[in-house]
Amino acid sequence: MKPVIEVSGLVTRFGRQTIHAGLDLAVLAGEVVALVGGSGSGKTTLLRQIVGLLRPASGEVKVLGQPVLSGDPLADRALRRRFGVLFQQGALFSALNVFENIAFPLRELRWLDRDTVRDLVMVKLAMVELEAQHAWLMPAELSGGMVKRVALARALALEPELLLLDEPTAGLDPDRSAAFVELIRRLRQQLGLTVVLVTHDLDTLAALATRVAVLGERRILAYGTLEHVMAQDHPFIRGFFALDRMERALARARS
Amino acid sequence: MNVATPSVEVTGDDGSVRLAGEWTLAGLQGRLPSLRQRLTRASAGARTWDLSGVQRLDTLGASVLWRTWGERLPETLIADEALRGMFAAVSVLGPRPPAAPDRASIPGRIAGLGRRGLGALSQMLGVVGVLGQAALDLVHLARRPQDAPLRELSANLYKTGVSALPITALVGFLIGIVLSYLSALQLKNFGADVFIIDILGIGITRELGPVLVAVLVAGRSGSAMTAQLGVMRVTEEIDALATMGVPAGLRLVLPKVLALLITMPLLVAWTSSAAIAGGMVAAAFQLDMSFGFFLDTLPRVVPLANAWIGLAKGLAFGMTIALVACHFGLNVKPNTESLSENTTRSVVSAITLVILVDAVFAIATRNMGMPG
Repeated sequence: MKPVIEVSGLVTRFGRQTIHAGLDLAVLAGEVVALVGGSGSGKTTLLRQIVGLLRPASGEVKVLGQPVLSGDPLADRALRRRFGVLFQQGALFSALNVFENIAFPLRELRWLDRDTVRDLVMVKLAMVELEAQHAWLMPAELSGGMVKRVALARALALEPELLLLDEPTAGLDPDRSAAFVELIRRLRQQLGLTVVLVTHDLDTLAALATRVAVLGERRILAYGTLEHVMAQDHPFIRGFFALDRMERALARARS
Repeated sequence: MNVATPSVEVTGDDGSVRLAGEWTLAGLQGRLPSLRQRLTRASAGARTWDLSGVQRLDTLGASVLWRTWGERLPETLIADEALRGMFAAVSVLGPRPPAAPDRASIPGRIAGLGRRGLGALSQMLGVVGVLGQAALDLVHLARRPQDAPLRELSANLYKTGVSALPITALVGFLIGIVLSYLSALQLKNFGADVFIIDILGIGITRELGPVLVAVLVAGRSGSAMTAQLGVMRVTEEIDALATMGVPAGLRLVLPKVLALLITMPLLVAWTSSAAIAGGMVAAAFQLDMSFGFFLDTLPRVVPLANAWIGLAKGLAFGMTIALVACHFGLNVKPNTESLSENTTRSVVSAITLVILVDAVFAIATRNMGMPG
């Protein structure tokens, strides 16, 4: 099976600081890969390079078999229409209401008629479990959880094959966070998505990820199933997942 | 990307319809209208829909079929679980609501006009409100001088005053040259060369200097104030200040108003001087009038009252610009469109109000400062 994302020999520098030194990562179709790591380990930077917002100092990033920064504007645009990105703060267009936000990428295609766009927006809203009347709210009137849902609906508007999530559950209370994770899992099954997510939240990690990539020391420290990664003997990994064990213990204690 | 073409095929006499290919956004691109027609024709007598040939179906394909079927599943549907799942997802689509007439009725338009009038009125009340708050803050400062926002005031003095010196001098100088040159052409015809000094002196100190500076400052500093306060509103920084016990009025609005009250008269004096200097240079070239003669005559033909009127206008215009800018800045709604709209409105309203205030000045000071 061809990898959906292929990162090879990635080097990132900000000024004199090296963030990634020869990082390799491959994500296969249908996987849910979680990128974890300490603050400043370059998780979000890696995500921004995968979606083509940042150009690496050297190395190659291929998404869906094509270089993400090919230099050909038409090819770049066609590629970007095949993946959806959910930003940490949602990044909804503040001047447009919920409907217009979700309709925006559909209208950008320029071949869908108005009624079809309307139908698709309403279906996406229902998919992310929002009600039709929410379509007319402005982003400023939405709660944090609703912002994430609308942003997810917008990311899914063009029926992407690949979904990239930056801290999908950050800033949500545990209840909403669990509901949002459940929503992502259901949509992934229904739509057959490949998902890459950056997260700090161990519950999200445990509930969603099929594989975990741990970033540290400017490279991928460990990459594999959660069990495989947790079995690694590395100070950061031990520290990160010791919390996890504690949390599970707490969960057991509560139930 | 190779995409299997979506197709519609009517098979057999019983009118069963067979669909195949990729019924997705990628597959339907460019084929949607023709496929819709064929679907509508095929659906006329169709009982059975065979979707076993459909390789992929997304929201678009599912919603197109759902609409063709009249917002329900057909009697006999041959499809696997995944496809049925997509139809379940699009089943939220009910019958299309009838299109609303979008032409506004006449009473609606009158009401809209009234709303705009009331809106303008409430904006004016808002500006008065900012003025009132600034006055209350001044009273507070008189009681507690240690709360004075001196650093903010100094920053604003620099931004609105010092950094405006080059541009106001340049514009003033150039306007002075143009005005002097055009007036000199006329005056020469009448042999009234010497009156160039009267025209420039009174025209610039009393009228042109203050209005010119007001337009420049409204565009330069007024818009910056509105944008700054507006972004602070959008990012909740003003709320953050309030929770730290730092009132926005005292720390953000008052320094801006005070700064413009101080810098505007100074800028008026500076710009008027530059404009007169420009006029003097043009007069020297055009009318062979020496600088010494020009400067000697100026105070004799232009009563000092004109300079005072100019400075007073500077004060009034400065206050108007600052109050309007702060009012619109504080009333930005948390979205980008409102920010740009309010910045525009701030500059336009400030300049309009300045012209109105100027007219009031013209009437109120009609008996002052005229030579004679």
